[in-house]
Amino acid sequence: MPHLDAAYNLARWLAGNDHDAADIVQDASVRAFRFIGNCRGENARAWLLMIVRNTAFTWLKKNRPQAIVSIDDDELAEIEDTNSATNSFRGADKNVLRAALEELPLEFREALVLRELEGFSYKEIAEVADVPVGTVMSRLARARRQLQNHFAQKGNL
Amino acid sequence: MNCAEIRKLLHAYADGELDLVRNLEVEQHLKSCAKCAAEKNSIQSLRDALRQNDLAYRAPNALRKEIQKMVRTAREDARPTINPWFWKLLTAGATAFAALVIFLRPAGISGHDQLLNDAVASHVRSLQANHLTDVLSSDQHTVKPWFDGKIDFAPDAKDFAAQNFPLVGGRLDYLDGRTVAALVYKRNKHFINVFVWPEKNAGAGETKNLRGYSIINCDANGMHYCLVSDLNATELNELARLLAP
Repeated sequence: MPHLDAAYNLARWLAGNDHDAADIVQDASVRAFRFIGNCRGENARAWLLMIVRNTAFTWLKKNRPQAIVSIDDDELAEIEDTNSATNSFRGADKNVLRAALEELPLEFREALVLRELEGFSYKEIAEVADVPVGTVMSRLARARRQLQNHFAQKGNL
Repeated sequence: MNCAEIRKLLHAYADGELDLVRNLEVEQHLKSCAKCAAEKNSIQSLRDALRQNDLAYRAPNALRKEIQKMVRTAREDARPTINPWFWKLLTAGATAFAALVIFLRPAGISGHDQLLNDAVASHVRSLQANHLTDVLSSDQHTVKPWFDGKIDFAPDAKDFAAQNFPLVGGRLDYLDGRTVAALVYKRNKHFINVFVWPEKNAGAGETKNLRGYSIINCDANGMHYCLVSDLNATELNELARLLAP
């Protein structure tokens, strides 16, 4: 199956462990195979990841409702300048980065994983998460702002 | 634009998602504002750290096998019940026929649009059939001579790895009734097909979007370049400017 690594990567970042991620991907594959006729063939990768994403969120709602915290997507409310110290992430420790990413709200983490680890465009992320492109932009900005603040506070990488 | 407005655009700027005009506005502002420039560097540094630290998980082999097995059984189960598939094929056939009729209407499509359509189709095919390159190299001294004797012109096969557009290789393709050179570049995980042939003014300087693919046409040194990719137009334009400064 093409794009399996991308599917697993997203599921793993949303679920937080290997076992649940594998379950989600398997479940999503069954659905993808069943609905393959609905894929218009334009962007199979985004289509598949949309299914993985929906499967993961349904799974989380059922098994880990506390993980779903609704975030306020008001574009105007955000990117306030907290005047954080200019930080360079050069030489950042992989495990520290990983832990910081895991602390982000689901929607922010998802946007960042798709953008930075999978190289998705804003349009593709919008398709996967079923939100407007403007929301993708604001989620990425707020996700990065949180990481910047996180490291500014800890003062180490 | 003031700093607050720039801050709102900085992330889209760092992601290469701004349109050309706003891109230039941000660039201009960054030249004169040290605070915003520092913020941009911080964003860029965070992006680099996330991308270079190999944070992506790969599917375990057991899962891969499990899913392969599942797809195989599902296919076998589907075999005896030909009916739904038959209908699906039939409707697909009818749709294709209708599309063909519309496509071939005399007043339908201009020669140039046809060329763009073909370019996108070639791009898509090159990715589907896993036939992206015939010569796989980022070394222009390997790629350029490879075209020798295969076509009657010598395309410049420059590597732009330093600008984040590594040359992946090249192959021959067929476009607009002639054999053309196709150079393949990469930006992150996106592939870019650059079709090259000796001609001028085939809609040079034009940026188009067709079925979600960006297309940019430009001319340089008597050659015509047609760039096709699922990359956004802003980033694709960076490559166009490298090819035809």
